[in-house]
Amino acid sequence: MLNAFMSYLGSTVPPGNADNQLWALIYVLIIFAGVSLAVVAMNWIERKALAHFQIRLGPMRVGPHGLLQPIADALKLMLKEDIIPAQADAVVFWVAPLIGLLAAFTVYTVIPFGPSQAVSDMNIGILFMLGVSSLGVLGIITAGWASNSHYPLIGALRSSAQMVSYEVAMGLAIVSALLMTSLNRTGTGTLSMIGIVEAQQQQGVWFIFKFFPLGLIAFVIFAIAMIAETNRAPFDLPEAESELTAGFHTEYSGLRWSLFMLGEYAAMIAVSSIAVTLWLGGWMRPFPNLLTGSAWDFIFSLFPGLTFAGLAAIAFIGTARMPAQAYFRIQRIGLAVFAALLGLIALLLLAIAVAGRTNDASIAGRFREGIDYVYWFVLKVAVFMYLFIWYRATWPRYRFDQLMRVGWKVMLPISLGVLILTAIVGVLIS
Amino acid sequence: MKDSMDELSNGAVSHLDLETPEKPYLDANELIINMGPQHPATHGVLRVILKLDGEKVLGTECVIGYLHRGVEKIAENRTYTMFNPYVDRMDYVAAVSNGLGYCEAVEKLLNVEAPPRAQYIRVVLTELNRIASHQLWLGTHALDIGAMTPLFYTFRDREEILKIFERYCGARLTTHAFRIGGCQYETYAGFEKDVKNFLAFFPPKIDEYEALLTSNRIWLERTKNVGVISGKDCIALGVTGPVLRASGVKWDLRKAQPYAAYSKFDFEIPVGENGDTYDRYMVRMIEMRQSLRIIEQAVNGIPEGPIMGKVPKVIKPPVGEIYHSIEAPKGELGYFIVSDGSTQPYRVRVRPPSFVNLQALDIMVRGMLVADVVAVIGTLDIVLGEVDR
Repeated sequence: MLNAFMSYLGSTVPPGNADNQLWALIYVLIIFAGVSLAVVAMNWIERKALAHFQIRLGPMRVGPHGLLQPIADALKLMLKEDIIPAQADAVVFWVAPLIGLLAAFTVYTVIPFGPSQAVSDMNIGILFMLGVSSLGVLGIITAGWASNSHYPLIGALRSSAQMVSYEVAMGLAIVSALLMTSLNRTGTGTLSMIGIVEAQQQQGVWFIFKFFPLGLIAFVIFAIAMIAETNRAPFDLPEAESELTAGFHTEYSGLRWSLFMLGEYAAMIAVSSIAVTLWLGGWMRPFPNLLTGSAWDFIFSLFPGLTFAGLAAIAFIGTARMPAQAYFRIQRIGLAVFAALLGLIALLLLAIAVAGRTNDASIAGRFREGIDYVYWFVLKVAVFMYLFIWYRATWPRYRFDQLMRVGWKVMLPISLGVLILTAIVGVLIS
Repeated sequence: MKDSMDELSNGAVSHLDLETPEKPYLDANELIINMGPQHPATHGVLRVILKLDGEKVLGTECVIGYLHRGVEKIAENRTYTMFNPYVDRMDYVAAVSNGLGYCEAVEKLLNVEAPPRAQYIRVVLTELNRIASHQLWLGTHALDIGAMTPLFYTFRDREEILKIFERYCGARLTTHAFRIGGCQYETYAGFEKDVKNFLAFFPPKIDEYEALLTSNRIWLERTKNVGVISGKDCIALGVTGPVLRASGVKWDLRKAQPYAAYSKFDFEIPVGENGDTYDRYMVRMIEMRQSLRIIEQAVNGIPEGPIMGKVPKVIKPPVGEIYHSIEAPKGELGYFIVSDGSTQPYRVRVRPPSFVNLQALDIMVRGMLVADVVAVIGTLDIVLGEVDR
């Protein structure tokens, strides 16, 4: 039993492909927990970062620097009365948030956090991903329709039109990245998510820099479309607060509303992951082909530990800077414990990096490698998440017709042109 | 959806053709929705009934009165002095202007004049209040269009003005700063320094707001050619203030019928060309800078002397009537006061700028989209306390 359990650790393919159901399930659980945790962390970071953009402090009361605020919010939402409007279609109203959530989370089955750090590697990975993530719009439409109310209906209509329009440009941008994968000796491209990252590795360049500036333009198109796809500012028309109160989830409250939020943030992370995989080299660390050798491997494998050490240091400084009054005593202790926790994680990561530096095949070596992959992937995604917050703090909201104009008249022609040019350049070069 | 027209229209019917008894359900293409009175973007308790074709606005109907407190009726049961604080509660964003208009109207009725020192103090405070009012407008207007951040910047800077008010008269919002015949309070020690500090502090902050918005592509798209109103329509509807000036009509009561000490100061009146939301935005931004100019001249020239004119202990104006209007931040604020020779006014009628400007909403948004309704309500800069009184 233990043997069967441990044997997978030596494998270099995702558990779904190694026919290892047990480990596939474990990965699913890890990803589910990890994404939920990331959403909670994102919630806190967004409120804090947004607050600091806006010369506020953000949550400060629940826990040190409001660290426990997301937990308090989650508890509050769970304890709230579960309201289903009398005129609503109860069944559809009940199902709608689940559809959105399911669509957002199912995407994670094919996202590669590393060459074997994925639930499964489908040969049609990117198609699966696009298909499932566009199911999310179904949740929004059903929510708007089932609420049987005007504002949610308008919000749902807006969002369905918006998501369908931007998916076209998004798809064309993706195709131009897929074309780049076929620039090898055999001329065969791939739709597999892992295959796409490996193609970037083989060609020695992230696709964002490939055929400069074609790759960059396609990436920018995707980066814009993915904001519209996830209904975030400046394309947050479906839930435009000042126009439609809350858009499609106006009638939702409590746990159901929080499911929508969970789904929205999970979708944000998912589309950022697609962008990272397609254009930013997925799990690869910077310059994997230039800075080779075990010394560079070791240096880069220190990064995860050092990042956590830095976070711990920030938390320690925060502890020291807290006012010395008795009122803040519990908060000081809490923050110190949090800092110590981060420090311990940092030590653990550093220990793994040191222990696994010589032997790649040992368990420590495997762990070191895995942590490395996941770290670089998550770091790249985190940059996108920060950008989401930044956009929200800076820009006003597009109007509906302007949004459509940008989608159909600007982004679609550009992405089509980039696709054709990429094809021509690709043929000429190979 | 079971909202029949009758149910929604609720008696408030005019040009929208809301009543069609033989057709209890709406035309499949048309949708009537209620915006407000509880809605994040109606700046209080304004209710707008929108008739929509998809996102397109076919017509609007404003329903007001949710904040009616009977201010004008209260005036008939109070003495002239007792009524003075009530006017602060109309446009609570620009309480100082309200007080100035009322005090000057009663002074005209009494045929007294405030001494020059009081006039100058009045100008300084009123212009500071104009800036505070425009700041609040800018923050909420930008928030309505989706830019969250300017709101916090404007509130941070508005605080500096409110601090000066607080030090001067003890109140921040409903100041009751002036009395009939002059000012109750002498300027506090350091008043001039505080105001001069603000004069140095504020211009970079306006640049900061403009950096976020003025050349922002999305902001331009959302405001250019949105809610266009011609100068002719403005005059026909009685629309005044920045809305009128943005439509190209150079009409500012501070220049046209100078009151207080305005004739002594040198300032420009910004005028727009297109009468769209962007022009109104620019007009107000320039007005803030012009207000700073006026304040600078006024605070440097405050003359010595008494701050209270010769006003009898009991204010008992002679029989007669008076209409006096001033340029409040939102437009022409007029007071029509009828005196029957007693200590209480026989009738006070207020001509609030917001109430009159709100009428322009319908012609400004017809044919535009739902999002523009929100932008236009913001750009009209209405305060429901003043609309309903």
